[in-house]
Amino acid sequence: MEAVISKFESADQRTAPQRTGVTVRAREGRLYHGLLTAAALVAPAILVLFVGVLVYGAWPSIRAFGLSFLTSSVWEPHPEREQYGALPFIVGTLISAVLALCLAAPFGIAVATFLNEVLTSRWRSAARFLIEVLATIPSVVYGLWGIFVLAPWVSNTLQPVLARSLGFLPIFGPPYEPRNMLCAVLILAIMVLPIIVSISLEAIRAVPASYREAALGLGATRWEMIRVAVWPACGSAFAGGCILALGRALGETMAVTMVIGNGRRISPSLFAASDTVASTIANQFAEAPSDLFTAALIEMALLLFLVTLAVNVLARWIIRPSLPGAGGRS
Amino acid sequence: MSPRYRRWKNRLMLGAMGLALLICLAPLASLLFTLVVKGGSTLSLRFITGPWRPVGENGGIAHAIAGSVCLLGIATALAVPVGLAKGLFLARGRSPRLGGMVRVLLDVMSGIPAIIVGVFIYTLVVRRSGFSLGTGFSMLAGGLALAMIMLPIFARTTEEAVRAISTSVDEAGLALGLPRYRVVLRIVLRSAVPAVLTGLFLALARVAGEAAPLLFTAFGSNEWPGSPLEPVGSLPALLFDYARQPFEELVRQAWGAALVLVALILAVRLATHAYSHWRYGSGANP
Repeated sequence: MEAVISKFESADQRTAPQRTGVTVRAREGRLYHGLLTAAALVAPAILVLFVGVLVYGAWPSIRAFGLSFLTSSVWEPHPEREQYGALPFIVGTLISAVLALCLAAPFGIAVATFLNEVLTSRWRSAARFLIEVLATIPSVVYGLWGIFVLAPWVSNTLQPVLARSLGFLPIFGPPYEPRNMLCAVLILAIMVLPIIVSISLEAIRAVPASYREAALGLGATRWEMIRVAVWPACGSAFAGGCILALGRALGETMAVTMVIGNGRRISPSLFAASDTVASTIANQFAEAPSDLFTAALIEMALLLFLVTLAVNVLARWIIRPSLPGAGGRS
Repeated sequence: MSPRYRRWKNRLMLGAMGLALLICLAPLASLLFTLVVKGGSTLSLRFITGPWRPVGENGGIAHAIAGSVCLLGIATALAVPVGLAKGLFLARGRSPRLGGMVRVLLDVMSGIPAIIVGVFIYTLVVRRSGFSLGTGFSMLAGGLALAMIMLPIFARTTEEAVRAISTSVDEAGLALGLPRYRVVLRIVLRSAVPAVLTGLFLALARVAGEAAPLLFTAFGSNEWPGSPLEPVGSLPALLFDYARQPFEELVRQAWGAALVLVALILAVRLATHAYSHWRYGSGANP
């Protein structure tokens, strides 16, 4: 900013003696607006470049595999019969994100409701602060905790219980591996919770007090008031917040990479090591053995970009009417 | 439905929601507890200020802290001028239609997963084949990736900060005969500086913990940061690396590094929070 101002100052001093103030001002005004517009156009330019570069980088893979990239689970880096299919990673990404959302959404909405409708304002700000801390902790730190606290807890405590009681269901059946899909689901659920809570809370706060008073005046208990007056007014915000959280979960990388176990296959069991698109890119990109391999990973990045893009646009489109100005990651 | 049934249902549901809050806070408590216990036992002056040493010689993480600072510096230098201009354009620009489009695109940008930003910068800047700048793994590429993540956050907070200045301030300046650009740069922007800085620090706190965009741009290094065209280490990348090593010592160092990272980020966030609380009163929400 200082640079911009001093630029104008020096231009002012240089030209002031020769020209009248009015033309200088007009010129500087044009320069100012030109610079602002140029800066504004940086965002579209970056996005166009973004898509262009990813398509360009993925082109060898798109040409070589076409649509079978999406439906094949062969992942063969051997130089003579190189072939790549992203199906296991796509399935892993969808399963982990959707399950995490199913877990986080009821908790997030319940927490937001409890914060606003039950707690006194002092407790409310304390709890909001803690939820904010949850949003501030970096993904790698979650991953570290996931490796050394969550994953051992899952395999020593949760897994035996679930396997004994519900082991006949394929999702809780073998194989039992120490780092697995369930760890990834749990850690993702924890990580997207603050998004759901903050957007739900904002919507709940926006419900007019008269709605609540009307319900209470008719003799409703507090729970009935929440059911009939508060939640129905927040439906679209709840949905938008959840979809925004889904977008975040789909692209979340570090923590998932650290706990998911990196098993390259589709397994019905939540206790099997799996992989997501993001975790595969994080693990393999830097040591890709061939150009086609890199292109396949870039194509996966392109796919992930398009999916998160669609999800985010959908979320904002849902949230916008009821909550102007809400949104943004965390 | 008898009144007693309704009363019990009320208690039950409210209790369940309270329980949900406690369940959600349990992982946070566990995380912070382990972080402080395990990280705290590693922490020492030598650990924070010492450079990398081979396993067994109890090295430090100073090289990674310095690398993180360099990366954040580059990112700030790149993102701040563009973000400021964008924020001014959105809040006080002459073309609301273009502004609306830019705002949507900034939202789109902020929704891009960080790992894909890394892939983008790798393809455009790092890799040595095809249409690319071909710098190789470098501090510059890492800074660019972080700048791309900072830009939408910073531009939007700048917009909010400038928008918060009443237009009557503009009108007063215009009535005195000042041209519009002077009014905006000299008066409006100057009044918005504290809020803009708050936004900058929040954006820095956001990207300081990002490892995903650095994995294949800045890569990682055990050396002190040198030329901007060389790979450089950073706290999050070091953490990711050490956490998956089989050596007890490196895992201990990972916990120490995690504690340092979280403490720094939380300190920045709390400081900006307290500052805007103090300056704008309790209604402000940074």
